[in-house]
Amino acid sequence: MSNQSFTHLDVLESESIHIMREVAAECKNPALLFSGGKDSIVMLRLAEKAFRPARLPFPLVHIDTEHNFPEVIACRDKLAADLGERLIVRSLEGSIKKGTIVLKNADQGRNAFQSVTLLETIAEFGFDACIGGARRDEEKARAKERIFSFRDEFGQWDPKNQRPELWDTYNTRVHAGENIRVFPISNWTEMDIWEYIAREKLYIPDIYYAHEREVINRDNGILPVSHLVQPRPGEKVEKMMVRFRTVGDMTCTCPVASHARNAQEIIEETAITRITERGATRMDDQTSEASMELRKKEGYF
Amino acid sequence: MSNTTQLLRFITAGSVDDGKSTLIGRLLHDSKSIFEDQLSAITKTSERRGGMGAVDLSLLTDGLQAEREQGITIDVAYRYFATPKRKFIIGDTPGHEQYTRNMVTAASTANLTVILIDARKGVLTQTRRHTYIASLVGVPHIVLAVNKMDMVDYSEETFDAICAEYRAFAAQLGLHDMTCIPMSALNGDMVVERGENLNWYQGSPLLELLENVVIDYDINTTDFRYPVQWVCRPQTQEYHDFRGYMGRIESGVITVGDEITIQPSGRTTKVKEIVTYDGNLQSARAPQSVTLTLTDEIDISRGDMFVMSATMPQVSKEFEAMLCWLSELPLDLNRKYIIKHTTRVVKCSFARLDYRVDVNTLEQHSSATLNMNDIARVAMKVQLPLVFDSYIKNRFTGSFIVIDEATNNTVAAGMIT
Repeated sequence: MSNQSFTHLDVLESESIHIMREVAAECKNPALLFSGGKDSIVMLRLAEKAFRPARLPFPLVHIDTEHNFPEVIACRDKLAADLGERLIVRSLEGSIKKGTIVLKNADQGRNAFQSVTLLETIAEFGFDACIGGARRDEEKARAKERIFSFRDEFGQWDPKNQRPELWDTYNTRVHAGENIRVFPISNWTEMDIWEYIAREKLYIPDIYYAHEREVINRDNGILPVSHLVQPRPGEKVEKMMVRFRTVGDMTCTCPVASHARNAQEIIEETAITRITERGATRMDDQTSEASMELRKKEGYF
Repeated sequence: MSNTTQLLRFITAGSVDDGKSTLIGRLLHDSKSIFEDQLSAITKTSERRGGMGAVDLSLLTDGLQAEREQGITIDVAYRYFATPKRKFIIGDTPGHEQYTRNMVTAASTANLTVILIDARKGVLTQTRRHTYIASLVGVPHIVLAVNKMDMVDYSEETFDAICAEYRAFAAQLGLHDMTCIPMSALNGDMVVERGENLNWYQGSPLLELLENVVIDYDINTTDFRYPVQWVCRPQTQEYHDFRGYMGRIESGVITVGDEITIQPSGRTTKVKEIVTYDGNLQSARAPQSVTLTLTDEIDISRGDMFVMSATMPQVSKEFEAMLCWLSELPLDLNRKYIIKHTTRVVKCSFARLDYRVDVNTLEQHSSATLNMNDIARVAMKVQLPLVFDSYIKNRFTGSFIVIDEATNNTVAAGMIT
């Protein structure tokens, strides 16, 4: 290794480890947001690389919409248990019961409401920094966000008034009640994530790999049939070989047609795909050109 | 994608009128990094805005709602694309006058700057400004992209005259790794493909240059510098006595058994192990993140720096620096601020404000304060000694940020001279 150039994955990995250590050293009470999705599984491995042989200096936190795929929740619990790390789960149901989230109907998409429960969880535990797995290549509002993204006491992101971020000298300071969101894999792309999963042989939920599933065509997308999504009159249930590129809310996360059975085959598919990750799979991001930006301003990741 | 792909970070500087967004759009489009849904979104927008037929590639880089409404770019945006040879991160910086701070921000992590000019207009004041900032922030490689060659009949004479003028200016700033490329981003000449119109040009198109420029020596490879980020004490049965010093090697190389000096205390000891999650290493180098254990028990904490080299860093409470003021609130020379330098955070004050640089003329003016986007030479005092090198020698141990304790905002970026 010593006379060879480092690869992009080596450089990205070292950058992410450096960021996590800065959070641990400078923030009083950080948390690592961990959903059991592929990006957060990469984050968990990076955290292990940053802090082993010690335990992680922060708990894992999941904001559960209860619209998650059961395979993802199972993976979340297994990984946290295998590593013996502390996992805190807070559910949107809790906020619904308290009345801080009011749904128009029970099976409405829930991604937009995660910010409410996240802010309540931040307040409950007094977290001053939440480490998340957002990437800048996902969406154009994210492309403009800092690695250390400052939020006011309402959890709001002000895109026009961000702290300048120079070199890798991060300003982690907040006043009481304020919060920082930290994105150690800001500079990773979907391809980098898959290459890293392959390189590190990471265990991820099997719905990321091709499998046969019942789907229906709705609103220009294919939706997986589940207890939350049932065919409406006139809709036909089909069986298809599919995989998920993202694993969010089951009511609005679409799989893509695929025969890729492992990370290497997904890398090959990703190299020739012509649709962005969120464009292919997230109905809620397609509602307006600025939907992610608006949700971020409200305290969403 | 091969597993030996390198990462190159570059920025583009120039105004909207120079065709900067079109250039980025062209790089992404011709290297097949634009996805169909992105293309269909900007096609829709082009039509809605009454565009005539051609898709406006510049729309790809408009990120936020406010920008789309006002047709401007308000902040640094990062874009990603890849070729089989390299992964690229583009720091897209607005060229407008009041955004010097954005260019300083994006340039601080860049290996290379592409400075765009309009072939019809030649070297302008803003070209000089962008070049000065690139030299100040120490971006190792510069490319002058002479765009809109289609508007000057692809004239070799025009291109040569612009390059000669620019080279003379760049030499004054001590910039030597500099390449001039004629191009038409609109038509795609010399961006990814060579095109048919610039056959007299012997050099590479932009993308080929980006793929091949040597970046291995952009990091200082000789002076070992290792700021301690975090002290690892697992206190488990298995690792009862383990005490590891975690950090990232900012420059140089370290090998097991090397004698290092711990600054600012000046004590020396030896490296016992280089620990990583993937197993212990015999040797490691920048920019690896590792954990070091030492042969002696010494009181070490975050903010200390391990060093080993023929040239030792300076350890001092006083130093001089070039400063870029980033905040809307002007500098108050009577106030105390906070400096973050490597992993050390200390109180500071301004001992002197020597002069302010006019970034358009490079003239020096005396000044009683600093406003946003001002660049100046200052003398600073800090509460506890810092361990530093000059910025020219070492981008990591020569840089710092200034934080206003009242607002917690980052108000300045400094480069130690």
